[in-house]
Amino acid sequence: MASLIDLANPTRFMRFSAVLLPWFAAAAAVLLAVGLYLAWFVAPADYQQGETIRIMFIHVPAAWLAMMFYSMMAVSALGTLVWRHPLADVAQKAAAPIGACFALVCLITGALWGKPMWGTYWVWDARLTSVLVLLLIYLGIIALWRVLDEPLRAARAVAILTLVGFVNVPIIKFSVDWWNTLHQPSSVLRMGGPTIHPSMLWPLLILAIGFTLFALALHMLGMRAEIMRRRVRTLTILEAERLDRLAAQGAAA
Amino acid sequence: MSGLIDSLGPHAGFILVSYGAAALVLLGLTLATLRDHAAQKRALDALEQRGAGRRRDGTTS
Repeated sequence: MASLIDLANPTRFMRFSAVLLPWFAAAAAVLLAVGLYLAWFVAPADYQQGETIRIMFIHVPAAWLAMMFYSMMAVSALGTLVWRHPLADVAQKAAAPIGACFALVCLITGALWGKPMWGTYWVWDARLTSVLVLLLIYLGIIALWRVLDEPLRAARAVAILTLVGFVNVPIIKFSVDWWNTLHQPSSVLRMGGPTIHPSMLWPLLILAIGFTLFALALHMLGMRAEIMRRRVRTLTILEAERLDRLAAQGAAA
Repeated sequence: MSGLIDSLGPHAGFILVSYGAAALVLLGLTLATLRDHAAQKRALDALEQRGAGRRRDGTTS
């Protein structure tokens, strides 16, 4: 673990991410283009849900990524609280808006899929409500980062909130099994394998990988911006202290 | 274009708005992240050009 922590220092991250970022972005663009083509022009309409099944191709990856990014934030929160690793809270801060956006996309597309299939945009069932709670936790975390000026202090507060909020992730995943919900049970990530026909499963998986690479590229970009923001903050403070010293010397002379 | 919309059946509006909303949210996120990255890079370059954080011996803090 020590060597992994040593490897992930901000300077090395800036160097590695500069190389990896264009590859992630290009791979994401190719996979998203192929996946969208398959989803729109190759995958058949569902025998029950008709053409609305095409909403699944963005709704499901968005739901997965909303949960994946929160799980990544929970691991980063441990990195902040246990190892006090400087890159952990940078990773956590950069992940929050990305996870929030995917949770929002999941809720919007879910509502737009629900209306023609269920007859309603929204219902307070366990799955929908727990995803809404996830979005609210994301927004709370983003707000907390903005309220506290000092990055290290903010990181510890946010890490605690993130770990407390992590209890919601298994609730989202298993809500459709634990409670009687309007939302259908899992049909891809389930014991016994996927129940979706391969003609729909492949576009879904290609899009899920494409969206994941896109999100990881954005995460890297966000982390790079955050590392530079902290460097700017440190240099600005040092500059102000230097100017103060010069002013004091001038006054003494 | 109208052929594509017709082929989506009676719920074409829901499908198209779903994709449009997703594109809007993700495009907004991408632009915001790119702008933030560019702004931080500009600010850092400006500070480093002014020699902020450089000690008298020429090293940086």
